[in-house]
Amino acid sequence: MTVTQVSAGWVPLAAALLLTVATAAAALDGVLAARSAGRPLSGGLLTPAAETARLFRQRRRTTIAADLPLQRIGGAGLLTAALLMVVVVPFGRWTVADMAVGVVWFNALDVLLWAALWLAGWGPNSVHPLVAGHRFLAQALSYELPLMFALTTPAVAAGSLRLGDLVAAQAGLWFMVWMPVAFVVFCAGVVAFSAWGPFSAALGSGAAGGVLAESAGVDRWLVTAGRYALLTAGSAFGVTAFLGGGHGPLLPAWLWVLVKTSLLLAVLVALRRRLPVVRPERLAVPAWLVVLPLVLLQLLVVSVVVVARG
Amino acid sequence: MLSEIVFWVLAVVAIAAGVAVFRVDSMARATYALAASFVAVGLALLLLDLQFLGVMTVLMMVMEMAIMAIYMIMFMGMNPALMPMSMVHGKRPALLVSIGTFVVLAAGAVLVPWPTRRGAPAADLVTSLGEAVMHSKMLVMLTVSPVLFATIVAALVLALPRGRYDRLGPELRHRSRHGRADR
Amino acid sequence: MTLETVLLVAAALFSIGLYGAISQQVVVMVMMGLELMLNGVVLAAAGFWWFLSPAPDGQVLLLVVLTAMTVEMAMGFAVATLLHRSKQSDMTDMATDLAQ
Repeated sequence: MTVTQVSAGWVPLAAALLLTVATAAAALDGVLAARSAGRPLSGGLLTPAAETARLFRQRRRTTIAADLPLQRIGGAGLLTAALLMVVVVPFGRWTVADMAVGVVWFNALDVLLWAALWLAGWGPNSVHPLVAGHRFLAQALSYELPLMFALTTPAVAAGSLRLGDLVAAQAGLWFMVWMPVAFVVFCAGVVAFSAWGPFSAALGSGAAGGVLAESAGVDRWLVTAGRYALLTAGSAFGVTAFLGGGHGPLLPAWLWVLVKTSLLLAVLVALRRRLPVVRPERLAVPAWLVVLPLVLLQLLVVSVVVVARG
Repeated sequence: MLSEIVFWVLAVVAIAAGVAVFRVDSMARATYALAASFVAVGLALLLLDLQFLGVMTVLMMVMEMAIMAIYMIMFMGMNPALMPMSMVHGKRPALLVSIGTFVVLAAGAVLVPWPTRRGAPAADLVTSLGEAVMHSKMLVMLTVSPVLFATIVAALVLALPRGRYDRLGPELRHRSRHGRADR
Repeated sequence: MTLETVLLVAAALFSIGLYGAISQQVVVMVMMGLELMLNGVVLAAAGFWWFLSPAPDGQVLLLVVLTAMTVEMAMGFAVATLLHRSKQSDMTDMATDLAQ
């Protein structure tokens, strides 16, 4: 299966697709929230629409001596990074940008989130967002290296950094099967850079809403939507790099990508209500002393297999 | 034509952001101005077909500047919100030296009769870089890795006030609560 | 976009960085100046590579420059931390006291 690069005219469609799936994720989260609160599920389903309507009518909030440019750049950074991430992900037979270094591109964009979340926390000149921004950086120091090596693993197996080659290399066997550690670490990395679920200390109630404590209106919407979009983009990338991309019986390739992405995304979204939030400072020791060696070991195994196969 | 415009936009962004680093009043802005300058140069490398190195520059430098911002705020010892700051010494000689350097370098860039291009870029530059690193230029990588490792060790030795033996006792037995150091 | 224009931009970046590295008093700001100089070096090296001899070996040189930047930053941060702890200060002028 070869991947062809579509013309730039399709970019809005790709963006719309990402936002649609992200909206579905938000709806799922709304349903789960409604179920755990014992409210009618249909109300939960409408959460994204209701929240959007509410936030778009709300006034933006500005604090005293805020660094508005930096705050705005940071707030918009999440959604921007998510949109730029999916640019390299093949959707069945099509891709927006067939980059030779797609894996590194994805990695560079998730590093951009270090800046985005910290800036969003720094901008308001307020205690809780500032603390939360620092928390996110502390967490990033723990998750980034394992994530990088998890990203390296499929690239080594496929012998290419191009996502189309990654998909092609999984024609027989999905990478998830023989690199499960890298897959799990990658998913954890996606959850972590989206500041979601167990890694949501930067946006959690522990710091009065964290980065979002002082933001309202469109600013708040951008960050909230950005997180769902990041989870979606991360899932789409995970499907491409580990779950065989468009490979599958009967259905066309693009539909397989959509189905797999939705399933992985649903699991990641559901994690939020299953796992407690981990404090960033407690993450450092397990991340560096347990997870990082494990991922390196996984990388070693994969490299040996690749060399042995010739 | 399009790449021409993109290059000039990136060049202006890179230089303007570079100037901003030493002109703005806020440390966060200074650091992220530098990051912006790096991102512009990284994207300019993409125009020169250096995809891997361009994206790598963006990746490394944004990460570095995110940490740099923390250090700036940690060490500058003042309310960092938007306080006018001027912490310079010998501004005039520095200005003269840097302008002189620019004139010399620019004169060199314009006046030297550069030779014409020899050879053509490889079809797959990323692969060719990987092969160069793992074949003919392997010695470079073999040198770089111990240097990087030595850097990690040396930086930790310099920066750490107390090792884990201070924290956890000689047998590393005292598990402190919350994984935090006991004072 | 010719070699000359790329080199001019690189020279400008280098000179701005040099100004910062010479004039700034705070260690971290000096490091930012050095980084900006290296930024110019990266761009110039890329320009030379592309316009003069686009062989794979040139890319390795750029990789080395990037490594040098990493090392410089890591050591800079470490020294700044050390200075800060021992002197409660981070001015370069005061670092000369360490010589005594």
